[in-house]
Amino acid sequence: MREVAVIGIGDTKFGELWDLSFRDLGMQAGLLAVNDAKLAAEDIDALYVGNMSAGRFIEQEHVAALIADYSGLARDNIPATRIEAAGASGGLAFREGYLAVASGMHDIVVVGGAEKMTDVGDVFANEIQSSAADTQWEVVFGATFPALHAMIARRHMHEFGTTREQIAQVAVKNHKHGALNPKAQFQREIELSTVLKSPQVAEPLGVFDCAPLSDGAAAVVLCSMDKARSYTTKPVRIVASSQASDTLALHARSSITSFKSTQVAAREAFRLARKTPADVQLAEVHDNFTISEILAIEDLGFFPKGQGGKATMDGETMLGGKVAVNTSGGLKARGDPIGATGVAQIVEIVQQLRGEAGRRQVPDALLGLAHNVGGTGATAVVSLLEVA
Amino acid sequence: MATARFWRENPSRYNLKAVRCGNCGKVFFPPRAVCSVCHRKSIGKMQCMNLKGEGEVYSYTVVHEAPSQFEVLKPYVVAMVKMDEGVMLTSQLIDSDPKDVKIGMRVKTTLRRIGEDGPGGVIYYGYKFAPMKV
Repeated sequence: MREVAVIGIGDTKFGELWDLSFRDLGMQAGLLAVNDAKLAAEDIDALYVGNMSAGRFIEQEHVAALIADYSGLARDNIPATRIEAAGASGGLAFREGYLAVASGMHDIVVVGGAEKMTDVGDVFANEIQSSAADTQWEVVFGATFPALHAMIARRHMHEFGTTREQIAQVAVKNHKHGALNPKAQFQREIELSTVLKSPQVAEPLGVFDCAPLSDGAAAVVLCSMDKARSYTTKPVRIVASSQASDTLALHARSSITSFKSTQVAAREAFRLARKTPADVQLAEVHDNFTISEILAIEDLGFFPKGQGGKATMDGETMLGGKVAVNTSGGLKARGDPIGATGVAQIVEIVQQLRGEAGRRQVPDALLGLAHNVGGTGATAVVSLLEVA
Repeated sequence: MATARFWRENPSRYNLKAVRCGNCGKVFFPPRAVCSVCHRKSIGKMQCMNLKGEGEVYSYTVVHEAPSQFEVLKPYVVAMVKMDEGVMLTSQLIDSDPKDVKIGMRVKTTLRRIGEDGPGGVIYYGYKFAPMKV
């Protein structure tokens, strides 16, 4: 395995982008990343695209070839591969691109992620999201994706005394960060009472506990470390990217207050990197629901199990806290165009490690972590990146 | 969508057909060919059984934003129930005021209409939970 660097990043604004199609979004993010790396088209060896459900959102499959085509790469005939693992599609595409370069198979690959969610109505969009869970043994009985996370929240409150306010504080904190990110879907701060009073979705979770439906795309360029400095003065090294799986259905697990997949992927990533959670200054974690961030910061090892709510309320995960979590605004405020999300996390980490994050810059950021989850934890990807 | 997609699941949806690993005794619902604990040692030893249909609430929620199929039911309670055989199931909890639902409360399964295969499509049935009278 050889060392791999991120040498280019690009992302679109996230939000309800009615004037932009799936192909517009994919192309925009890809071109930004390629320009950032100052690449010529012929330098690109392969393309990986994270996408959950273009087939149902826009009735178009075969989207890796589509994005290669509309990015002007059709005549280069490069291999273009779509990766799907529900919400973890983008993080997994990143890992596959990393493996392709680390193995020596390719020197330079582009990893993109894209989702166009607002071409369908929001009820149908939510049904598509629910297919990340077990449609035959959970969803068919009326257990929506928010309902499954609500049951995680209820159980976390029951086992550890986590409060409704602590859970809601995740949204307050991520909106505060999102207000500092010009690419975020929501750039306004909110009060704790706003979250608590928001219309119920699945008790105890309300609208402000849920990430929005979003359109958007993100892309990164990966290159073998030995060639990276010929493209950029600020390469960012991928020190580890680990993946784990678990049962598809939440009810098949012995505990629902931890995601074993996150724990296993994190343990493996830290082992490979010879680092510990204490070495991490910033983390982009998968807060598709507020409760998900509480599980994540515990399962990744930043805080002991059961203490995630308290740590959040105490400000330990804010900019300036012990570990800055979701400086981009996270899925909650930055937005969650499913397939794009895991790649956008990498874009944020790289911006931070380059010192280019503007008003939300984490001072002296040296090591960042990205954590991307599919379904209710049936897939998790944890990647560690550092200043090279 | 094809009707077969629903009726092929009927043994488990109607009668709670499960399997027990002949090697370690762990119960799986719906049935599986391999035990996740014993792996190869379990092949050919997964024994069919029916769950008794009784258990206790492990977690629950009240759903207010529902898919189109469940629009008329909302708000409705969804629960994860730990069955007495040790395996967990997810379904709606009915015949109970949402305010009275508690983690640990005893429930039993009851056969109900679950949905239909699109407007005017075939109706399919399965288990929901109801409180057990103590």
